[in-house]
Formats: sequence, C-alpha cells, structure tokens
Amino acid sequence: MSAVIEENHHDDHHHGPAKGIMRWVYTTNHKDIGTLYLWLSFSMFLLGGSFALIIRAELFQPGLQIVEPEFFNQLITLHGLVMVFGAVMPAFVGLANWLVPMMIGAPDMALPRMNNYSFWILPFAFTMLSSTLFMEGGAPNFGWTFYAPLSTDYGPPSTTYFIFAVHLMGISSIMGSINVIVTILNLRAPGMTLMQMPLFVWTWLITAYLLIAVMPVLAGVVTMMLMDIHFGTAFFNAGGGGDPVLFQHVFWFFGHPEVYIMILPAFGVVSAIIPTFARKRLFGYSSMVYATASIAFLSFIVWAHHMFTVGIPLSGELYFMYATMLIAIPTGVKVFNWVATMWQGSMTFETPMLFAIAFVILFTIGGLSGLMLAIAPADFQYHDTYFVVAHFHYVLVPGSVFSIMAAVYYWLPKWTGNMYDEALGKTHFWLSFIGINVLFFPQHFVGLAGMPRRIPDYALQFADYNMVSSIGAFLFGFSQIFFLFIVIKTIRGGKKATDQVWEGAHGLEWTIPSPAPYHTFSTPPADLREAHG
Amino acid sequence: MSELETQKDSRLNTKRTTIKLLSVVVGMFAFGFALVPLYDAICEVTGLNGKTDGQYVVDQVERIDENRIVKIQFLTSNNANMSWDFRPETRSLEVQPGKLNATSFFVRNPANSTITAQAIPSVTPFRAAQYLHKTECFCFGQQELASGESLDMPLRFIVDADLPKDIDTLTLSYTLYDITERVNGSLAKN
Repeated sequence: MSAVIEENHHDDHHHGPAKGIMRWVYTTNHKDIGTLYLWLSFSMFLLGGSFALIIRAELFQPGLQIVEPEFFNQLITLHGLVMVFGAVMPAFVGLANWLVPMMIGAPDMALPRMNNYSFWILPFAFTMLSSTLFMEGGAPNFGWTFYAPLSTDYGPPSTTYFIFAVHLMGISSIMGSINVIVTILNLRAPGMTLMQMPLFVWTWLITAYLLIAVMPVLAGVVTMMLMDIHFGTAFFNAGGGGDPVLFQHVFWFFGHPEVYIMILPAFGVVSAIIPTFARKRLFGYSSMVYATASIAFLSFIVWAHHMFTVGIPLSGELYFMYATMLIAIPTGVKVFNWVATMWQGSMTFETPMLFAIAFVILFTIGGLSGLMLAIAPADFQYHDTYFVVAHFHYVLVPGSVFSIMAAVYYWLPKWTGNMYDEALGKTHFWLSFIGINVLFFPQHFVGLAGMPRRIPDYALQFADYNMVSSIGAFLFGFSQIFFLFIVIKTIRGGKKATDQVWEGAHGLEWTIPSPAPYHTFSTPPADLREAHG
Repeated sequence: MSELETQKDSRLNTKRTTIKLLSVVVGMFAFGFALVPLYDAICEVTGLNGKTDGQYVVDQVERIDENRIVKIQFLTSNNANMSWDFRPETRSLEVQPGKLNATSFFVRNPANSTITAQAIPSVTPFRAAQYLHKTECFCFGQQELASGESLDMPLRFIVDADLPKDIDTLTLSYTLYDITERVNGSLAKN
C-alpha cells in the first residue's frame, strides 16, 4: 500500500514524458494520444487525398486514360473509407483528447489505458484496409456504402479484411467515445455545471453519445455481411428469404448519425474560434446546446432520405422528406448565432478565423444543396449524380476538414508554445479556399446535368467542368503539403506564444502556460469564470 | 482523508458510467440485429417493398365485387447466373375482386445439372401488396428440376375486394434464384 502511495508521489514530480519511441507506444497521457491521433489523421488525409487525386486525374478528360475501371472502383471505395474513418473521425478524437481535459479542468482522460488501446487499434485497422490493394482480386470495389448484395455476392475476396478493419475502427471509436463521456460527466472541475462547459465539450459529449449508439449498428451490419459471405445465412439475399433493401435501412441507420458525428465537433470548434476573433461572447450559448441536441436526435429518424429511389411508400417518402427538412431549423439557429456573434464585433482575420468564416459560408452552401436533395421528387433526378458528390463534399471538406484546420491553427500555439507564421497560414487558407471551390462548385452543374457518380468515364458535354474540377483538386491537394510544412515549422520554432495566445480567447485552456505542460490541472482550477468561451 | 475519499468516489463514478455506457453499446449491437425481424414485420404489415403475405386461408365467404375488373400482369425474371426458362402461362388476366383465380408458370431446366430454385414475389404498386392473397403458390416452397426437366407451376390467388378504388392494374413479378449451393451446403452441414 505504501509503495503505491510512494509511486503516486513519485509521479507527481515527474513532469516530463518518457524518452524514445516507447513513449508513444505506452503513453497514457491525453496530450500524447491527442498528438498521435492528429498525426494518424493527417497521414490518412494524405493517403485518401492521393486516391482522390488519381480519381481526378482519370476524370481530367473523358475516356479512360490512367486507370482501369476496376481499379477506379477500388479507389473511390478506399477514398471514402479512409477519409471518413481515417481522416475526419480520428482528427476530432485527437482534438477531444487534447482539449476536453484542458477545457474542463481535468488532469487527464478518465480511462487513460483504454485511451492508449483505442488509438493503437487504428494503425492496424488501416494497415489491414490498405493491404487489400495488394491482394488477389483487389481492394473492395463497392463504394464506401458497401451495399449488399454488391458487397456480399459480387465483392472481391478481400471483403473479409474490409469487414474486420471496420470492426476494429468501430471498437476504437466506441472506446474513444466512452472515454470522452466518462471524462466529461465525472472529471469536470468541482463546481463546473454542464451549462458552463465550452461548446466544443458539449458538441463532443453529444457526438460521443451518437457514436456509442450507432457504431454497434455498423458492427452489426458488417457482421451480417460476414455471415452471409461465409456462414450461409441470407440476411441480404432474397433467394434465401432475406432482403437487400434491409441492408440499406440498417446501413443508413448508422450512416446518417455518422454524418453528424463528423460535423457536430466542427460546430464546437467554430463556436470557440468565432467569439475569440470577434471579441464577443458567443451569441445564444444555450440555444447552441439545444440546437446540437436536436440535430443529434433528428439524425436518428431521417435515414431513409438516402434511399428515396429504392421504392418506399409515398407516406414514407413524405415523412422522411419533412423530417429531413426539419433539421434545417436547428442548423439555421447555429448559423444565425455565429453571424450574430460576429455582428458588431471588433473582428480580426487571423488564419483560424478565416477558416472558421469560410466554414460558416461553405457549410451553409452544402446545407442548402442538402435541402434540395431532401425534396423527395427532386431527389429522383439528383440521386447518384455528381450533385450528391458536390453536396457531401461541401459539408465534409470546407465543413469538417476546414474546422479541423482552423482548430489546428487556433490551438497549435498552445500545443507547441510557438506561433505559426501568419503570412504562410493565410496563404494556405487562400490556396485551400480557392482550390476547394474550383474543385467542388462545378460538380453541382455536371450533377444537375446528369453526370453519374462513381463512373470513370463521362459524356463529352461534361468535359470542361471536369477539367476545372480536377485543376481545383490538384491545387487543394498540394496546398496540404504546404500545411504540413507550416505545422512542422511551428513545432520546430517560431515566435513564442503567450499563455492566452489570442487577445480575445476565453476558456481554461488559455489559463495554463504555453506550451501546455505535460500534466495540467493536477489540482483542479479554482476560478471557473473563464470556463465557457 | 477527504481528498482520498473524493478520489475513491470519482473512481467509482468512472466505473459506474463506463458500465452503463458499455451496456448501451451491447444493447445497440443487439438492436442492429433486432432490426431484421422488425423490418420483416413492418414489411408484412404495410406491404412495404411489395412483399406479399404467406399462404392465405379462406376462412369466410369472400365478397365478390362483380362490377369491378382489375387487371393483373405477370412478370418473370431470372436472378444473375440462373439459367432456367421461366415464363407465365399468360401475360395478364382480368379478374373480379374477391374471386379465386388460377394460372401457372412454366419452367424448364436447360442446364446439364440438377438445379434447385426459389421464386421471390413482389407486387407493384406496393400499397396493393397486402390486397393480393395467394392460396397456392410455387413461391411458398423450393423447386428442384433435373437436367432438361420442365414443369407448370400453379398459382391461385384472390384480389381482395377492399383493394383501393384508384388501383386498376396490379403487377406481380417473380424473380427466380438459383439456390442449389445454399441447399446443398445446408444439407452437407446436416
């Protein structure tokens, strides 16, 4: 017993991390694990991005130039899976690891050992997924939505590897989100009420609940696939009494909340950044919390809007159409609150703020095209065209991805102790902003004109817009190498950051030194006035 | 002392919350599988997806609507890799709601081996599915044909007199699946 106490005592005075590579393998420190998640996310972003660039290179001109159609199908599948499960989700988990304990005045995550496991599962999952590219029969080629029976009866043998990779990713996400919930519910600084938490913590709390509710359903649906493929069951095989449409219902029961899993933490990031650079408190804090909760609730009851064309009854189409449109109301509340926060603020436009404002504008464009897709009769025209591709890339890239970049620029000085180079940051922003719009805006037009998605070739009349789109893709893609350069440069040195870093920043993470010490809030903060941003 | 107690308290809370959340995870995993029977039940009640009911038992004298004629069309198709010839005896029938009708479907196995088939029905418009009652259908069971063998498979059905007034045409479509492997596989296991 005394030995344990002595060891605790010893730990208290041992501030630095362990040395060498094993530091990262064994670490249970939330900051280390956050860093690992963010680097994994960035490398997956580059991997998924290089898949995307091969796709755009193939689509630069009509006809088949660079890749075989079979390989093209594998690329679109892996691009989607890697970006969703490898780039966006781990980036937000990384941000949660870094920020949630610092924002609520907790010394670490509540379950540090599990935190280590949940990260280290991921490299194995993605190695397994990527290795299918080199297998006989190729990688999975049925799109990231892996509709049965395309994936069960007609998929390549590597589908089984894909299923296990998805299982691992699911286990990792579930462990990560349990950790986040337990941390937020149990480790808040004494006296901090839920309604005093920064919005980033709130959005992550709600996201984590979404994750533990739907990741098991995803695990279930891939398990059913596994059984259909190997154990002779017929969940999705009509000949054996199953139903392929059932697959789509179960998949989208997971899939639609998944969409909000990828955007709610982004709302939290933007709600932290805009008040800082507008030098005003966030407008309508409690309405933001309720709006986030409403969006999360609605996300469970709208899934069939992804399946308007499979043949659901008219009453079903009407219900899912109206329920989907209802989501525009809480989302609108959020957008108006951000605008109202900026209203009459004394705004400055540092890089994080530029990304955050671009987020508000471009995410809203993506939301509007989402409303168009929600109109059931119109969706029969838009379904499976590039209009859908434009829509979800607008909400995911200048939505989620821009918010992640904004977060990195915003908190990087706190993480590293150094300011990033503002001129380089702004250059990165403008290259990305122009690149992304050149890339995705024309896809609205080719989509409305009827260009189908997931096809390596297209009719001649789509040639010009596709060429423009591909040029934008390469501009956006290579700007991210520049981003990598800026981040590495900041880690290596630069102007020293103050503790508060930004003049208008509020929140507990800005009360600790920059760079954040290896252990923070070993004793809980007494002054909570700064807590909610 | 009190600090130690709070530490113990918070550990207990952590454990409690973790267990609660894990039970949510287990519950949702089970819910994913529960969606399968739930979906079948909903399909049966609503006729969603054009699914027809199982065998219909006439337990009362059917009301026959003699002033009304409903056209019913028959479609046949083969699922991928199914080699049988499969066609309806007649492309369409004009029937009175409430009256028992009979027709048949022709199948022939041109392949060199014995094949077991399963026909899966679907009705459009979907909301008419629950008004089409089959008292006898080849789709209720599997069909095995030796190489070169052929067969007329019977279908007897009643269109319900309660069929909504605005529906004057029904389409009953059958897709034929090759389930030889599935049947042999399960036999081998037994």
